[in-house]
Parts: sequence; C-alpha cells; structure tokens
Amino acid sequence: MKRLLDWLDQRTGCRKLTREALYENVPGGARWRYVWGSTLVFCLMVQFITGIFLWMAYSPSSQTAWESVYFIQDEMTGGWLLRGLHHYTAHIMTVLLVLHLMQVIIDGAYKAPREVNFWFGLALLGLVLAMSLTGYLLPWDQKGYWATKVATNLVAVVPIIGPALQKIIIGGPEYGHHTLTRFFALHAGVLPATVTALVVGHIALFRKHGLTAKEPKRRPDAAFWPDQVLKDAVACLAVLAAVLFLILRHRLSGADGPLGADLGAPADPSETYSAARPDWYFLFLFQFLKYFPGKTEVWGAIIIPGLVFAVVALMPFIGRWKLGHRFNVGFLFSLVAGAGLLTFAAVREDRQNETYLAAVKAAEREAARVRVLAKAPAGIPAEGAVTLLRHDPLTQGPKIFAASCASCHRYDGHDGTGNVPADPQSAPDLKDFASREWLTGLFDPQRIATTNYFGATKFKSGKMVRFVQEKVAKYAAERRVELEKAIIALSAEAQLKSQLAADQRDAVLIEEGRRLLSEELSCTDCHQFHHRDEDATAPDLTGYGSRKWLINFISNPAHPDFYGDRNDRMPRFGDDGVLTEQQIGLVVDWLRGTWYDGTRAASR
Amino acid sequence: MATPREQEPPANGRRGFIKRLLAGVIGAVLGLVPALAGLTVLLDPLRRKTAVDDAVQVTTLDALPDDGVPRKFPVLATRVDAWNTFSQVPIGAVYLRRLNDGKLQAFNVVCPHAGCFVDYLAAQGNFLCPCHNSAFSVDGHIADRSSPSPRGLDTLEVEVRNDREIWVKFRNFQAGRAEKVPVA
Repeated sequence: MKRLLDWLDQRTGCRKLTREALYENVPGGARWRYVWGSTLVFCLMVQFITGIFLWMAYSPSSQTAWESVYFIQDEMTGGWLLRGLHHYTAHIMTVLLVLHLMQVIIDGAYKAPREVNFWFGLALLGLVLAMSLTGYLLPWDQKGYWATKVATNLVAVVPIIGPALQKIIIGGPEYGHHTLTRFFALHAGVLPATVTALVVGHIALFRKHGLTAKEPKRRPDAAFWPDQVLKDAVACLAVLAAVLFLILRHRLSGADGPLGADLGAPADPSETYSAARPDWYFLFLFQFLKYFPGKTEVWGAIIIPGLVFAVVALMPFIGRWKLGHRFNVGFLFSLVAGAGLLTFAAVREDRQNETYLAAVKAAEREAARVRVLAKAPAGIPAEGAVTLLRHDPLTQGPKIFAASCASCHRYDGHDGTGNVPADPQSAPDLKDFASREWLTGLFDPQRIATTNYFGATKFKSGKMVRFVQEKVAKYAAERRVELEKAIIALSAEAQLKSQLAADQRDAVLIEEGRRLLSEELSCTDCHQFHHRDEDATAPDLTGYGSRKWLINFISNPAHPDFYGDRNDRMPRFGDDGVLTEQQIGLVVDWLRGTWYDGTRAASR
Repeated sequence: MATPREQEPPANGRRGFIKRLLAGVIGAVLGLVPALAGLTVLLDPLRRKTAVDDAVQVTTLDALPDDGVPRKFPVLATRVDAWNTFSQVPIGAVYLRRLNDGKLQAFNVVCPHAGCFVDYLAAQGNFLCPCHNSAFSVDGHIADRSSPSPRGLDTLEVEVRNDREIWVKFRNFQAGRAEKVPVA
C-alpha cells in the first residue's frame, strides 16, 4: 500500500496537495462561524451528484419533461428521494448563500486584499440563483411554467435588446421544446461549469489570502484538520438532516402531502393558472414588482435590483471609509430585513386572497388527478400527459358547467367548481340527474315546483307539475308503490355507473316499472317511451338520462324529441355551436359520474 | 500558506482520534446519501421486465408463398416505453415460410450474433446478416462454418387459427450466446 502511494505521489504530488488541503491554517482555532462556505460546497456536491443521476432519467421536451419527472417521482425506485434531495438542497442553498454573505460582510472579509474574491462570491450567488430559476421550469408543471413565464417576460422590459434577448432565452417567440432544451443546457451544462470554475477560483483565492479571523482570537492557531473539518462536517450533516426533514415532513406529521418535492399538473398554455408564484426565495422580488405601476416596471425589475447589486459589489471600496464598514453592515441588514418584510407581505396577501387560495386548491386537485390518470392501464399518451386532463370529464366537466350551464342550473347548489354564481338559480339542480333519488324528488308534489326542479322555469305551470301536484299527490298507497317501480325503471334508462349494481339487482322490478310507465301511470299520454309516437308532446323517455339522450338534449333541447317549440330558455348548445361535441360529451360524462376513478376502467 | 510553526499541534491521543473518526464517518455519510439515492434510481431498470404479449396475429396464409420461400412480416403489439404505452406498434419482425408438410416455420429476424436484422437472399436461397456476414440456410441453421453467429436463427412458436390466420408468439432472445435465452 505504502509503495503504491509513494509511486502515485512521485507522479502526482498528491501528498503535498492533501497536506495543503488539510493543514490550512485556521487563525484562532476552529470556530462554528467559519462553516458556511463548507456547507455551500457540500450543497453543490449534492446537487452535482443528484443532478447527474436525475439527468439520466430526464427528457427535456414539452411532451416528455413532465412525464419523465413524474416517472422519476412516482415510478422509479428511490426517485422521490433523489428528486427531493436535489429540490430541497437547492432551497437550503439559497438560505446558506445569504448566511455566507452576511458572515463575510459582518466579519469584514470583503476588505482588501480580498475584493476580487468577494466579487467571485457575488457572481456565484447570481449563478446559483440562475440555477434555481432554470431548474424551476424543468418539470414543466403548471407552477414552473407560469412562474418562469413571468420571469422571462420581465426580460422583455430590458431597454432596446429586451425582446430579442427574451426570444433567445426561450428559444423562440413562444414557450416550447426549445425553451426546455435551452433551460436544461443552462441548468445542467453552462451554469454548473461556470460555477465549478468560479468555486475553484473562489477557494484558491481564499487559500491565498487565508481565512479572515474573527478578532479577538480565542485560542492559538490550529490546522484545518481535524477540528474545523469536524465542525464543517457536523454543519453539513445538519444541512442534510434539514433536507431530509423537508423531504419527509408530510409523512412525519402524518399529513396528506407529497413525499419529496412537489409536482403540479402538466403545463398547459390554454389553462389559466392563478396560483402561479415564484419559489419562496424570489417572492420578495415578486412582491416588490407589485409597487410599480405600468411602464415603471423596468425600475422594479431591473434598475433598482441592479443598483442594489452595484452597491453590494462596491462594498470593498465603501468599506475603506471611516464609517464604510458600518454602512455596509447596515445596508446588508436593511436588505435582508426588506426582503423578509416583502416576503412576509407577499405571503400574507396570498393568505387573504380567496381567489389565490381556491386556485391553489384546484391546482392540488389537478396535480393529484393527473397522477391517477397517468397510472391508468392506458398510460400516458404520446401527445403528453396534458391531454389526460383535457379529456378528463372529472376535470373539464365542472369547468364547462360553470362557464356554460351555471348561469341557470346548479350542481348541488353551486356551479360545479364549488362557487355560487351571481345569477340566481333559474333551472334544475343537476346533481345526480336521472338517478332514483333525483327522480323521487321530481315526483314529489312538495318539491317539483321548487327551484331545484321546475320552480324557476316556465314549466312551473306546465302539465308535468300539474300532474304531480294534482294526481300524484292523491295517489293511494298501492299507486305509490307502482310509482316507485316506475321511477326505478325510468332511472335504469340512464344506465348510471353509480346504479349499475342496483339496476342489475332490480331487473324484475325494472321490467314491471317499464310496463307501468306505459300503462297504469299513463306517462306515455304525453311522452314517448320505446315506441315511436308522433303525437308525443313531452320529452322522449327512451334512454332518459343516458349519455346519448343527454348529448342530444343539450345539443338541441328544442328538438321535437324533447321540448320542441315549448323549450324554455335553454340554448341549442350543439346545434348552434356554443359547445363542441367533445365539450358536451365531457360535461355529460361528468354529470353522469362516468370517469376513470383509479380502481376500474370507466364504462363508456 | 499555512505556517505550521505558529499552529497549535494537532491533538493526538484518544480525543484526537475520536475527532478524526467522527469527521471521517460524517463525511462518508454526507457523500453516501446522495450517491446511494442516485444509484437506486440508476439501478431501477433491473427490476423492469419486458412486456410479454401472448401470441399475436401476424398475417394470413394467403400472404405466404407456396414454394417455401420465407417472407418478412412486422409484428404489432403493445410496447411500454417508460411512461408511454403504445398499442399496436411494431415491436419486431419475423420471417415466415411454409414447410413441405404444410406446417409453418417462424424465425425472429434478429441475427443471434449481435442483433442486426438478417436479409433473405432469394438468389442464394439463404439468410445473410449484413453486419458480420453470418449466413443461415433457409431452415434457419448456420449455413457456413465461418459464420460468427453462435447459433442458428431463433425459431418462434407459430400456429394457424380459424383456418387462415397466422399467429406467432413473438420473443426476443439474448444475442451472442450458444443457447437460446429469452430477453426478460
């Protein structure tokens, strides 16, 4: 072993290098306040290791970025841990950067002859923040997509070259494949290479000038190894523990939440995303921008941050004046306090913002939903996971209902998405439409004329309401039993997923109910039911509430099979092109409760 | 640079040893956690198995020449590629030929040597791999003693269903070995 080391040493000088590295002089002995630089080197090492492994499974394109990150996170063994380490180490690193900067300024370590090294540090600060910014986009989820869009739109406010610069950064006039390839090349290539070069320079200069000792020295000088190394190692261990805590925190508290880093729903340029926020360490800038009215944005986004950065960069010179150092420390503290206050203001504003909170909830719902869909046997289509949500009744149905139906109808009292519309309800509540329960209400003399059924429509005084209120109200017990059977039979026409088992069980009742509908209960006096009847004046009950029936009804309620000329205010959504066939299908599937629920394939 | 003369001498003895040990152990943990997390993900492919489809229909008897000359057909089946599942996409190809007794023979078109697709040369009446010149006779056996391939073409189970449909149980086999071992 010794001979091998000798051989190696003669050829590489590794012993001298190791000795220089380990026996660097620490004036005044090891101290906790010297650990910050080492923790940053440690973070960088973690990012490089985890980043390279993530790289092996990541695919930068707008149809595969989210998909590959999802696959790492949910499907690959240990993927959540790897991604969590990379994600939260980045967060902790921003905190450590600020702490390191504060320690350097407070201890006066920026002063001559260490000016250049101070600038190296500032450059590294900027580069690491650029890595965070570029990394935020790479999962191509709604959060990263919209937040990064804001950041790159700010580039366009740079005087003269802004628009061109923006195009170069995002790889074209719009976000797309080349935005990802460019951001990825920056994130995993250009920036880390530059950071590595600067870190080498930073450490070399640090070694050249030696550690800036905190006076008074408490003990005699000592070597870096082992005392300071041990302190540094313990500090790094604390960093690692904090990162692991952040990864596992939801599990530790038993709360429902992701293991490791968050992954939102796939980026969708056609879906508004009101929950868009930068990551927390940029929130202060985000908040700062709110105070700059239109056209003065360039001040908030570029000029003022630029000036602040210039002041910090000039600190070594400012520090030469008598009160310079105090000014520097004061300036630093006001910056940190200002950023803290702005962050606090941003968080508080969001906490009180109902729209934002609702958007966050909706975003969480969609993020969870898309993962259920991605795990379906059909998997993720080649066009990308974003189409899973676009074609999902559970996701799109409520939105279409809120936009097109809820100005009159309700769904369980709201507009489908949970909000109560401003317009008063003037058409039936369609939750569980055509179910046994819904129909039981329709045939209830007390309920048929309420707003949840026909109460706010012109059919309030129509034949059906009269029939229920006058005839059904006086039904004898025997007749009531018949009506119940008829309701079961009529409801079975809808073939609702939620009633499949009940419909199968009650096959005999349904058969009897069908006969009662046509005979004793005289429904077919006005309605058609499985037989063509040119004289029918009320909606066709054949297949009532089924997918086909509802699509036809919504497409044209004024069709002779439905209300004909007596149609109230309901638009011809399909025939007049208000909604596309696909949109009608989605809202119908949602109303009927037909969607993939993660346990079995939806019945189509 | 360091001026060791001014330094306090490094602590030796038990206290110094514990410090060194602790620093070393913690350092190892710091490096191992990210490295092991990465290695776990790197090794994830080891637990993934190829999707094995049952027999798939490749063609019909009408498409096959009577004279025993092999013809190449693509095999369409479900392919899982990480997060994507494609149904009815080409996953390989087979050579099919009629035998004298009316039975059928199916070969995977992949050369067992290094995985290139072999060609059927009608003029010579045998298969030739374009990569390293492995030659196979029309019945799939190694045709030439100097063939680099360690075994003949890989036969596949084939059957006729409903009087005319040709169904093949498609598999790939590990290249470069004398025995025929399915890729799992």
